[in-house]
Amino acid sequence: MKNKIFLFIIILFFIFCFIIFYKGLNNSNIYIPKLNNKKDLPIFIARDFYLETEVNSEKIFLDNNFYILNIWASWCVPCRKEHPILMELSRNKSIKLIGLNYRDNLNNAKKFIDELGNPYSQILIDEEGTLAVEFGAYGVPETFIIDKNKKIIKKFIGPLNQKLLKEIKLFLK
Amino acid sequence: MANQIGYYSLILGLALSFILSAVSIKDFYNNNQGINQKVLSLSFLQFFFVIISFLSLILSFVNSDFSNETVFNNSHTTKPLFYKISGTWGNHEGSLLLWLLVLTLFIFLFLIKSNEQPKKYRILTLLFQQVIIIGFFLFLLKTSNPFNYLFPIPKEGLGLNPILQDPALAIHPPILYLGYVGSSIIFSASLSAVTQNYVSKEWAQHIKKWILISWIFLTLGIMLGSIWAYYELGWGGFWFWDPVENVSLMPWLTLTALLHCVLVLERRVALTSWIIILSIATFILSMCGTFLVRSGILNSVHTFANDPERGIFILIFLFVLIFLSLGIFFLFHKENNKNLDKIFWLSKEASILINNWFLMYFLSVVLIGTTYPIFLDVISAQKISVGPPFYHKLIVPFLIPFLVFMSLGPKLNWIKSKVENKFSLIIFFIISIFLSFFILRKLTPGVLFNTVLISPAFYLFFITAKDLFIKKFKNLPQSIAHFSFSMLLLSILFNSILSLEIITNIKVGEKYNFDKGQIFFQKLEKNKNSNYNSVIGHFKINNNKGKIIYLKPELRIYNQPVTITSEADIKTTLLADTFLVMNLVKGKEYFNIRYQVKPFMIWIWISVLLLSLGGLMSLLKKKYEK
Repeated sequence: MKNKIFLFIIILFFIFCFIIFYKGLNNSNIYIPKLNNKKDLPIFIARDFYLETEVNSEKIFLDNNFYILNIWASWCVPCRKEHPILMELSRNKSIKLIGLNYRDNLNNAKKFIDELGNPYSQILIDEEGTLAVEFGAYGVPETFIIDKNKKIIKKFIGPLNQKLLKEIKLFLK
Repeated sequence: MANQIGYYSLILGLALSFILSAVSIKDFYNNNQGINQKVLSLSFLQFFFVIISFLSLILSFVNSDFSNETVFNNSHTTKPLFYKISGTWGNHEGSLLLWLLVLTLFIFLFLIKSNEQPKKYRILTLLFQQVIIIGFFLFLLKTSNPFNYLFPIPKEGLGLNPILQDPALAIHPPILYLGYVGSSIIFSASLSAVTQNYVSKEWAQHIKKWILISWIFLTLGIMLGSIWAYYELGWGGFWFWDPVENVSLMPWLTLTALLHCVLVLERRVALTSWIIILSIATFILSMCGTFLVRSGILNSVHTFANDPERGIFILIFLFVLIFLSLGIFFLFHKENNKNLDKIFWLSKEASILINNWFLMYFLSVVLIGTTYPIFLDVISAQKISVGPPFYHKLIVPFLIPFLVFMSLGPKLNWIKSKVENKFSLIIFFIISIFLSFFILRKLTPGVLFNTVLISPAFYLFFITAKDLFIKKFKNLPQSIAHFSFSMLLLSILFNSILSLEIITNIKVGEKYNFDKGQIFFQKLEKNKNSNYNSVIGHFKINNNKGKIIYLKPELRIYNQPVTITSEADIKTTLLADTFLVMNLVKGKEYFNIRYQVKPFMIWIWISVLLLSLGGLMSLLKKKYEK
């Protein structure tokens, strides 16, 4: 009898562990580092996605606006998932979304945009992944918020979700 | 071509699992003496197919065959051959294939090495092992096939992460896996022994070998990982309580406990349930480690890819194994309580039990520290990270009694004993206290606590040293292992108490003075290599005692994938390591440097090597201590 109660408790405990781990898996593993001192925007030259001309970064972040820089790639599965959120963000007129296409095949990338829509006001190509390194990115997708003083004030590692979308909207207000 | 061969060998290997299970079940009910020869051949055949599959993956890596997705993601034509090969297991898919290889190898070895054991026990072990093997086959084929075909074939691969391009890391995974997978044999064997009611002295003698093998490889594997962290990551330490380091430490703790308990079982039938629980726990913790690392539920240097599908598969598999073992344990296990009551308080058994309690305490600290953030995140959506202070505060004070018991325990006899030579034991204790007090008084401000901590370490050191050199090798492996453990602790303690660190920004031609010397940044040199460019700083360090050291830390800019890594320059002597690493300060001519003096660093590695040597000698020893 004692044994059975014991077994029952152990099984309950492991079921509890299972549920926690299962939920933990589904929790997005987004990690928002604290940026202690606001980082300066790197200065760079990149190719434009559609025009294939070279653009200077100072000309991209020209207006007195909030910018959101999103690093994406057509081969990146989570990017596909976060795309609708970017589309929703793009409806907000007070911000400009800049896409950084990371180590991608141009044709595939264009197909990706044709299929899911283009939330970006401008897309830059980062064929070798060097620009992403300049931004201090860990991987794709990653999203940076840049304020009016051209400083990176926040960065999100991993795909955006509804919760973070609310957070960004709050932030921009 | 290699792609197809590799893939179909895997399928054949999986099919063989089922055939092998069927044949061995049939053989189980057969009354013949000894296992059917067919079972052995099939088991070898399975190993053979997995090795073919593994070799073809290596071949694809060597030939830079980018039609293979794994190769494309993790290799590059300009990589040196050595890292092309080690790249095979430097990624998720390849490393799982390696797991499978070791799994099939070990069960084959188990079968041919266990001839004197009862037939039913051997067959059941094989069957439990096949459950694990089938699980891994399905996992590999379903979620992480290493032979995915890419079309159109890319011209160039994405490259291996430069921090993985390191000799220590090239052998770290295989060695560690031998340890992990060795524990799977212990798991299957103990489940099978429970069902056959075979948890006995004979079983202990036989399973002890596997425990030792697994323990030796796990110890070495952890050490290699730590060497890699020290030399390559440039964090200036050897242990960071990173979740992945923790998950390798946890099975090590249970395995160490198991190793000691089995010594008891070898002599008398006692602690049987505890031994079974430890055997199960060791493998479950290894699997749990795989889950935590591979699912991406934790952020760590080892997280290869965040693929939830993989996570869910391992999670389900893990819990299937947990419930399977629980079920078997409760259904079949007959507790033999009578013997436990008879353990006399002053005996070797009692001291081994105490050692076990401490190990379990350390285990629970590490387990809670590692998994608590996940639980908290899920339940309350708070993100916390548990850092070194947590572990240090909870573990270090308990090391003190642990070390004292470890010094005295081996002095006791089995069953019942009296303390002999009380006089020398007390003398040594007093000497250790005085010695640590006088050493520490000169060196550090925090004398009181450190004395209390270092004295037992010295105590263990002296007592084991005395055993080792004076007692005429009565139980050499144990003496060596305990002696090197005391050396390990002493080096770690002195290392952490006496290390010196200076972090500053410096530019070429500048000098930096600190109270024990001066750092002079002489010049900067640029180099080109096949797969990276490097910037080398030349530093001259003057010591107050007039010693001059030249150090040349390096910054490497890898071309594929573009990554900047800093290579620390480390000068090793028997007394201390001097360590210098530099980093670029963006947009300025200054470099950020970290200069460290780490005393007794090399002794940490030496003592771990000695520790495994102790294990190895115990493995090779023919006669058992009476």
